[in-house]
Amino acid sequence: MAYALMIHPTDNVAVVTEAVRPGEDVLYEDANGGQVCLKAAGDVPVYHKIALRDIAPGEQVLKYGKTIGVATAPIAKGEHVHCHNIESPERKELI
Amino acid sequence: MEFYGYRRSDGRVGIRNHVLILPASICASDTAEMIARQVNGAVSFHNQVGCSQVPSDMQYALDMMAGLAANPNVYGTIVVAAGCETCQCGMVMDAIAARTNKPLHGLIIQKEGGTIRLIEKAVRLAREMAAEASTLRREKFPVSELILGTECGGSDPTSGIAANPVIGKVSDALVADGGTVILSETTEFIGAESILADRAKDEHVRRRILEIVERYEQHFIRNGENVRLGNPTPGNKEGGLSTLEEKSLGCIHKGGESVIQAVYDYAKPIPTDVKGLVIMDTPGNDASSIAGMLAGGAQIVVFSSGRGTPLGSPIAPVIKITGNDATFRMMEDNIDFNAAPVITEQKKPAQLGEALYKMVLDCCDGKLSKAEALGFTETAVMRACNYV
Repeated sequence: MAYALMIHPTDNVAVVTEAVRPGEDVLYEDANGGQVCLKAAGDVPVYHKIALRDIAPGEQVLKYGKTIGVATAPIAKGEHVHCHNIESPERKELI
Repeated sequence: MEFYGYRRSDGRVGIRNHVLILPASICASDTAEMIARQVNGAVSFHNQVGCSQVPSDMQYALDMMAGLAANPNVYGTIVVAAGCETCQCGMVMDAIAARTNKPLHGLIIQKEGGTIRLIEKAVRLAREMAAEASTLRREKFPVSELILGTECGGSDPTSGIAANPVIGKVSDALVADGGTVILSETTEFIGAESILADRAKDEHVRRRILEIVERYEQHFIRNGENVRLGNPTPGNKEGGLSTLEEKSLGCIHKGGESVIQAVYDYAKPIPTDVKGLVIMDTPGNDASSIAGMLAGGAQIVVFSSGRGTPLGSPIAPVIKITGNDATFRMMEDNIDFNAAPVITEQKKPAQLGEALYKMVLDCCDGKLSKAEALGFTETAVMRACNYV
């Protein structure tokens, strides 16, 4: 059993607090304070991100309740989320 | 809340009492270091800039040099110049004199007849200055005299979850006590700029925040580059940060939740009557960001690092903090504060923030940070262009 931190209630990824092996159960606290168990779909190194639900290509990846990237491939629930399947969102002119 | 510091003739309050041997360019850097090595109480650093620069870069260099000399942790300064550099000795001295009336001398290698003759003269001047500095006694001051610089580097996901939120609590506490805190690293506002803009004191500050971020982006675009190809670094990615936007959203926690009062350009002086949380437009590069904040008048820096860094400054304590327990155990010789219990023991950032605030004030009173005790002096400067 491993643990993950869901930082914001709207996030679709969480940060694992120890290295996770494929098939391992990962426990995190959801937006309502309930304990949720998730099965890891692959290796997730310590402090890396795990998908809390399926994320479609082009969909926003949310951490801190904000967009940290966009999925470049289908990401299954429990999968490692990193540079291989997300990239920076397209930049917007600010002014 | 109070600390013990040194009142300077220009009214600012320092927490260290250094004599700065300031190289005006790379060509004077080794000479300056040789002088500093001879005199107890003197410090120096390698200055990579000061020559072969276009006007905008020359201005960054002059502001950095003048600001470090004017920093209240410095008792007095001896400028050492080669003689032919872009940042001429007289220009550096004028820039310093425009900011402070503290003791100041300048010597030029080409005029003194080479480095050996200059070193002889400079060591005598530095020895006298260090002796004068040593007669000062610390006095008690309110923490409203403090400017705290905040920095993060070698970040990993623990920086945004643990270390930076703990720094944020110290920022909020110091702001509540009447002090000033600088949030820096414009590159690492990218993706989080709207959160900061929403916290601006007024429309002018809101616009300035967006402007410095947009200008940073455009600077790279004009050069055919994308800032995201250099940031996050390989170490950030190995640690688990995937994008610059993710890194930024962790980075801005250092500023706590206070209202943003002002935005300052790189290495420009922060007026003593402006209190609260302010932003300085600095690069994500740690050594140049820290130099900019110190040039602005910060007496002390708190620096979070998930991966671990030894970086320090010749003139100020740089307190290192990590949220990564393994990094703390691996690099305890270099890291002052362990914020990992936020993750490993579910401690509240506020609880650890109290302990970090105490550590900051102890360092202000004279306790050496690890980077200071080990003699780290890395110093760099923001740059606009290549050398000419």
